[in-house]
Amino acid sequence: METVYLQHETDMEGWRDAARRLILSGVAPHDVYWCVRPAEESIENATQNCIVQRDIFSMASAESVPDSAGQAPPPMEGQRLMVSRQFVELARAVILHSSAERFGLLYRVLWRCQLERGLMRLTGDADVARLHAMAKAVGRDKHKMKAFVRFRETVLDGHPRYLAWFEPEHHIMAEIAPFFIGRFTTMDWTIMSPRMGMRWDGKSLHFLPGGKPEALQEEDASEALWLSYYRHIFNPARLKLKAMQKEMPKKYWHNLPEAELIEELIAEAGARTQAMLDRHPEVPKRKIVGYKRKPDDGIIE
Amino acid sequence: MQLKQKLEILADAAKYDASCASSGTEQRNSRDGKGIGSTTGMGICHSYAPDGRCISLLKILLTNFCLYDCVYCVNRVTSNVPRARFSIDEVVQLTLSFYRRNYIEGLFLSSGIIQSPDYTMEQVVEVARVLREEHDFRGYIHLKTIPDASPELLARAGRYADRLSINIELPTAASLSTLAPEKDGVAIRVSMARLRERIDASKDKTLTGKRPPRFSPGGQSTQMIVGADATDDRTILSTSADLYGQYRLRRVYYSAFSPIPDASPVLPLQSPPLVREHRLYQADWLMRFYGFESHEIITGEQGMLALDMDPKTAWALQNRAMFPVDINRAPKATLLRVPGLGVRNVQRILSARRVRAVRLDDLVRMRAPVNRMLPFIQLPDHHPGATLDAASLPAQLKETPTMPQQLGLFL
Ligand code: SF4
Repeated sequence: METVYLQHETDMEGWRDAARRLILSGVAPHDVYWCVRPAEESIENATQNCIVQRDIFSMASAESVPDSAGQAPPPMEGQRLMVSRQFVELARAVILHSSAERFGLLYRVLWRCQLERGLMRLTGDADVARLHAMAKAVGRDKHKMKAFVRFRETVLDGHPRYLAWFEPEHHIMAEIAPFFIGRFTTMDWTIMSPRMGMRWDGKSLHFLPGGKPEALQEEDASEALWLSYYRHIFNPARLKLKAMQKEMPKKYWHNLPEAELIEELIAEAGARTQAMLDRHPEVPKRKIVGYKRKPDDGIIE
Repeated sequence: MQLKQKLEILADAAKYDASCASSGTEQRNSRDGKGIGSTTGMGICHSYAPDGRCISLLKILLTNFCLYDCVYCVNRVTSNVPRARFSIDEVVQLTLSFYRRNYIEGLFLSSGIIQSPDYTMEQVVEVARVLREEHDFRGYIHLKTIPDASPELLARAGRYADRLSINIELPTAASLSTLAPEKDGVAIRVSMARLRERIDASKDKTLTGKRPPRFSPGGQSTQMIVGADATDDRTILSTSADLYGQYRLRRVYYSAFSPIPDASPVLPLQSPPLVREHRLYQADWLMRFYGFESHEIITGEQGMLALDMDPKTAWALQNRAMFPVDINRAPKATLLRVPGLGVRNVQRILSARRVRAVRLDDLVRMRAPVNRMLPFIQLPDHHPGATLDAASLPAQLKETPTMPQQLGLFL
């Protein structure tokens, strides 16, 4: 059994170097154990296996001989690694997934690519389908983060600062940073999450340790206006809850200020619609000046 | 009047416009350290209301005072709803403060007609100008244009906006003149044609290689109200096909005529035909992405789409001789006609079958709705046999009526 120790949760380079080395020395997927190096202080608590491996890993590109060499196919030393563009694209997204199986799954698919031509085209293959599903989940998480982060403004020393709390499902913080930087370049903003935070001060980005939502201030005057807007842009005559929840699942609601209105809006919708349907049309309460098409016909407001 | 009250009135006045898309424009950001905002080309829905609609833009009217008397409209001159008018600066500040908090992608501004079409359009354009020129706002701007406004004003609108729209409102000229007497169907189409010309021109490089001036890079769209008049689906779809063809619209939005406060006695209210609206969107997609012609799609009696199944399934049932389709041999255009098979899965099948034969399991793992497809397809490990011709097939494929989902909000 060979164990690979990655530097952090999204260590694409570490994974790639290890995968290349392992494939070229013919280490079969079921003989590799992938794990992420814990933070420095907890390294002593890591398993025996992982400590041993750290040494091998630190030996740069030293080639290791798998203990179960007997079962593995012949090493492919000297051969070129077969990596398709589709694989690289998928791998970039999949590595951000929170599931621990991602490193092993990627390695297994890369391994199979060496033997099965056109594997990446087979979206119906169980492994490839799983990669697609994982990449999709990551893509969705990124998209929802762009959509659902809500900043609150505080003024510190005369400068407005924008703070948000968000809980992404996958390891997407660093990946999403360029989006917020490109959009809010001139703002001083911070997005905190349980695992890590990031702050853009208008010039550079700083990663911060994870935090707690309590650090967010309670009030922001514009938020009240936003709630008014949400309440009034809703049309009670077209309740479509499934469509709403499909795109804005409940798990996001506790960080969306407007979500506190949803229940009430739903509860009132039926009565509001019925009231509109029951109402007798009224005659206009003001004097109506008939509109004439030519502007110079003297129309007044 | 307080800002909050104005916002309430002018959001109430704007909610019957279905479009809230923030997609299809050029990509921009503010990385040069100036201005604020970005667009990705994809569009982002920042929230959803319980009506299932995407909230991407701050969608408001500049004012809901209006001189016209379109009977379906909550803002018509004869309606007794409360009225309000934003100042230009109020809209600008509201947009910016919502944008900074990441509530929205930008602004969708329209307006009731006050004083004159030109005056109104000028005010609307001025909001966009202030956002772009004075605040260097780089987010999304969608402006509703007034067809009777001067071409010069439309040209200015296109310089600042990412998307322009002119609502066709009703599918036929006859309905328009009955229900919106002040509107001029010919003027609407003339304006659409003008916009198309300018949008097209902005995409061509001139002979000298100079870039032509920017003009509504996200194109133009329109909206048609469904269920306020007696027009059938066949006529609606052929109007859409005509609009897509002639003016190259990015989208035609269908808006089920919905109860409004203080309705007109001329147009009695009813529950909005949401399922019909949903089927029209599906049919619209078949025309734009699946190679269907508008006249093929109508299979029901009296020129209407079937309500109890999607239009592709309904079409397939009437054309059973074309099936079963061999998933491993059929050309792309034929695969696109298989009920349940979407554009993405067709791509996947085409790509996979160059490597090896596609089997039933593959379709399951591609997450295709296999049960719906089985009567119509043939695979190495599946043949529909007699099920395709069974008289009971239509009954089996009927959908239990659930609330429809809104489609394609990003396009
Ligand atoms: S012009 Fe007609 S549709 Fe537009 S706001 Fe006025 S009444 Fe409504």
